[in-house]
Amino acid sequence: MSDVIQRARTILGRETFGLLILMAVMVLGFSLASPKFLTGPSLSSMGFQAPLLGLLTLAMLAPMISGGFNLAIVYTANISGLALAWVMLQFGGPEAGLGAIALGVVAALVVGTLAGAVMGAVIAYIGAHPILVSLAMMIFLRGLGEFLTRGGDISGFPPALAVLGHGTFLGLPVPLILFGLVALVWHVMLRRSRHGFAVYMVGSNIRATEYSGIDTKRTLVMIYALSGTLCAVAGILMAARFNSVRVGHGEALLLVTVLAIFLGGIDPFGGHGKVAPVILSVLILQVLSSGLNLIGANQHLATAVWGLFLIAVMILRSEQLAAIFRRKD
Amino acid sequence: MLDDGAARHALRLKGVSKVFGGVKALDGVDFDVREGEVHCLAGENGCGKSTLIKIVTGVYQPDGAEAFELFGERLESITPVQSRARGVSVIWQDLALFPNMSVAENIAFDEMVGLRPRGVDYRGMKDRARVVLARLGVTLDLDASLETLPIAQCQVVAIARALMNEARLIFMDEPTASLTQSETDRLLEIVRRLSADGVAIVFVSHRLAEVLDIASRVTVVRDGKLVGVYPTAGMTQARLGELMTGHLLEDHVTARDMATAPVVFQAQDLGLPGQFEGIDLTIRQGEVVGLIGLLGAGRTELAHAMMGMSQPISGQMRLHDQPYRPASIREAISQGMAYVSEDRLHLGLLQKQSIADNAAISVLDRLLDRFGLISNPQKIDLIRGWVTRLGIKIGQPDDAISTLSGGNQQKVVLAKWLATQPKLLILDSPTVGVDVGARAGIFRIVRDLAEQGLAILLISDEVSEVLYNADRVLHMAQGRIAGEYDPRKVSVHALEEVIYE
Amino acid sequence: MSNLLRNRQVEFRLLVVLVLLCIGLSLTTDTFLTMANITSLLNNNSVNLIWAVGLLVVLIAGGIDISFAVAASVVQYLAAKILMGIGGGNWVLGFLVCGSLGVLLGLINAGLIQRFRIISIVVTIATFNAYFGLLMFISGGRSIYALPDWWTARVILFEHEAADGTWSELTLPFTVMVVCVGATWLLIRRSNLGRQLYAFGDNPEGARRAGVSIAVMQALAFGWCGLMAGIAGLMQVNIVQEVVPNALYGRELEVLAAVVLGGARLGGGRGTVTGCVLGVMFVAVTQNGLNLLGISPFAFQMIIGAAILIAISTSNISFAGLGNLRSGGRK
Repeated sequence: MSDVIQRARTILGRETFGLLILMAVMVLGFSLASPKFLTGPSLSSMGFQAPLLGLLTLAMLAPMISGGFNLAIVYTANISGLALAWVMLQFGGPEAGLGAIALGVVAALVVGTLAGAVMGAVIAYIGAHPILVSLAMMIFLRGLGEFLTRGGDISGFPPALAVLGHGTFLGLPVPLILFGLVALVWHVMLRRSRHGFAVYMVGSNIRATEYSGIDTKRTLVMIYALSGTLCAVAGILMAARFNSVRVGHGEALLLVTVLAIFLGGIDPFGGHGKVAPVILSVLILQVLSSGLNLIGANQHLATAVWGLFLIAVMILRSEQLAAIFRRKD
Repeated sequence: MLDDGAARHALRLKGVSKVFGGVKALDGVDFDVREGEVHCLAGENGCGKSTLIKIVTGVYQPDGAEAFELFGERLESITPVQSRARGVSVIWQDLALFPNMSVAENIAFDEMVGLRPRGVDYRGMKDRARVVLARLGVTLDLDASLETLPIAQCQVVAIARALMNEARLIFMDEPTASLTQSETDRLLEIVRRLSADGVAIVFVSHRLAEVLDIASRVTVVRDGKLVGVYPTAGMTQARLGELMTGHLLEDHVTARDMATAPVVFQAQDLGLPGQFEGIDLTIRQGEVVGLIGLLGAGRTELAHAMMGMSQPISGQMRLHDQPYRPASIREAISQGMAYVSEDRLHLGLLQKQSIADNAAISVLDRLLDRFGLISNPQKIDLIRGWVTRLGIKIGQPDDAISTLSGGNQQKVVLAKWLATQPKLLILDSPTVGVDVGARAGIFRIVRDLAEQGLAILLISDEVSEVLYNADRVLHMAQGRIAGEYDPRKVSVHALEEVIYE
Repeated sequence: MSNLLRNRQVEFRLLVVLVLLCIGLSLTTDTFLTMANITSLLNNNSVNLIWAVGLLVVLIAGGIDISFAVAASVVQYLAAKILMGIGGGNWVLGFLVCGSLGVLLGLINAGLIQRFRIISIVVTIATFNAYFGLLMFISGGRSIYALPDWWTARVILFEHEAADGTWSELTLPFTVMVVCVGATWLLIRRSNLGRQLYAFGDNPEGARRAGVSIAVMQALAFGWCGLMAGIAGLMQVNIVQEVVPNALYGRELEVLAAVVLGGARLGGGRGTVTGCVLGVMFVAVTQNGLNLLGISPFAFQMIIGAAILIAISTSNISFAGLGNLRSGGRK
């Protein structure tokens, strides 16, 4: 038995294994506390909610592995959503056809990618600190969005778009399927592609990477551009779910994505980290918040619990470390 | 002078042992230093030198000691604070200084340590720093922030800081590792001055020549055991190397006449203002060309230009008789150039990443599966192949590169570049931080590669290293090639004269 | 002098830009260079400046704090409850209560960082969520308007009526800000503790070997940041005359941007009070200028974001050479 556990640990990695157990304990706890927890409606509502946080978290993850940060994720998503909304309004709002939606989606993806690429270029070619660059970009995009919308909502989209946010396919929520696909692509991109390899290397020592013949500047521009693309996907999803675009939608998720990433055991200094434990962390946060909701707490308590939960996990991990050191001495 | 009792002992250790997890890091070692003496502590990496230093400075407590005397005082053990209060100071290789603080603050830093709040007297601090620097015969801009100083001057600041703490016994860990020869000479001058002042100095260095030059006695440690204490008078580098490694080091001239081999690389009148000018350089297939000169002579700059990291504005380069003008490192690599940088720690390897990834980084394109993705089995095969070919000692390919010794790390760097199947390999100071035993291994590989037809440019400021391993030696000074020598017709001594004149 | 210029390049550059900005605004508007405008500019930015110097100390020590603005909200809320509970209190009690609560919240961060070796950004993002979530949960998001009179009363320390009848005045928050900025300068520039903070941020291992107490340094940095957050919270209530639980949420990143703009380095060891003040004032004057020039308030943030992006880009271009030198010389 312990042999099986040991093997599971080595195959999954210590982080993933620990998180899986945590997840199991929580699911068990909540299903005992509330008979409604393990029912179709409750699970499906989680399936609709988690993908948004998940997409934004993946958008934050890649720059973090490269040793950086992208604080502009939420507003990049908002601005991309605006691009989509603008295109659809040009084609008659609720009457816009599928072609207009497709065009809008492309516009959103282009805008998001572009915002990311600009950030990446400033970081790569000027060497400014990613936190500062993305912070400035965040302030700029928020301002731009507020300027364009005068602080209001843009709504009135064709019903076809709502499928993206509310539909199901083979019984699974469409957003969840979308998230699953994106996560798979992200995993392959990071762990198996040349670009992903370069991202890890850049995150651990950019000059040595440059000396080894890898185009580090291109790698940085690309990783922020891809992060921007992913933000655009999140922005499209938001527009489809809320049937409106407002600058500031999802603002509270920014630091939650960082929380999920740290929960997933990613090295805050870059160079190390996997996709799977991060996705698991996103799901854990979602289970926590939905579960608490079912037993009568509100979102604010869930936020507090998220924070306390991260502290608890970090302490557990450091205790584990301490135990290893004790055995060595 | 070497007569016991001629000078009082600064430090006397007898039968000191220290065990870590069942492994004896130190096994009954004796060590003594007299006041005003320059004493060398020699041994390969991991032989127990640092453990010894850490016992004297109170970082570790000995597991057993027959005698532990500091300035005539018998001790059982000591804490770091007590050690410092008695005048023991260590200048670690990383110097432990503060780059963003001023020179004066760095020198006087220890007087600011403590929890009792008090004001900072910048003027008094500068005065005291000036006095200490005067004792060393040095003047520095006290307001400059430390990071603007070259490493040699940082070294001086570290010494001044030790003196500020009224140090009477100073351990210096590899103080010359990143200094040029002239900087080293100046540092050794300061060391002599201190010794004349009555300060005892323990010098830890891999550079045997300077050890013999500066120290009066040398204590050799191997595998945690004392090999012996020897006067440096009459000691040779070869003998010392043998004592440290436990086997004879074969150092002899290996030069061959390569004048008829086909030309691989050629530079004509290559120039980049402020770095080098009028460089004519020919490297032939299977030839090892040694490029020797002081740091700042333009050696590394020339290598950078050859690798496309800078663009020469005059002259031309040819690779295999084709015009060669790389715009980037990537282009140089794709044309068959490889460059082992002099800074392995920061530029050669990615310390946090695995051995396999470090070896694979320059040849990713060759490790793809049919979907264009990186194939893990191919990556592992690659490193396993090189582990066998170069005799690299590793645990698992997935272990972090930082788990390897300096010599094995350097072999991984070689593997990474050889994997690109280069036509020309540039080795820039390939043995910095590699201990004596492992150096021989690296040069054995270099000569094998040359035998197999690889063209090699070997850059170094250690004359013997170049003379014994190159087929032809070029001397570079002030950005120009100042002379060419045949290793079979010139002695180490004669060449050193030329370079350090 | 040449040394001062060399070691304080970021600050000097920012000063030049700020002066040019001020001259430009004085010439293009009649309202910028009036006492009324300048004093309101200073009053309105007192809270940001108090936070900024607190954050500066943490940045110098090599840490980062995301939780300070939310901590200020928590302090406000608890202080209001405590002070009303004991019958109102007064300014002395107000400072004592807010100051100690702030220090306490800061020490929680320091304790987690030190005891469990978790890096500061992880800890403070966690406490940010925990503090804010708990505050909103417990308060139910409801604002408190019933506050002691002394707390919401305007304390005017300087007033002046111009010929045209406009009043200019400097209020208590401004004075408190000056004291906080001065105290921070004394701490980091003139005391041995402050120099140890710099050293710790610059080279933690070197500082540890020199005998600097790491635990004390963390406690000092985050305690100071907490103290400033508490005082800023107290002053913000004095300005807006109410306690709104989520009013300060989101301000942390703007303060962070301003402080880093002023030359403090993420990673520790570098940053000055002068630069910090200049960074905050650069953002403040830009915003003020846009306002006076009659530009739509919706465009403010966009222009400020762009200004910071441009500032980063230009300041780093001319520093690129220096950076290379440094890494070349210090390998």
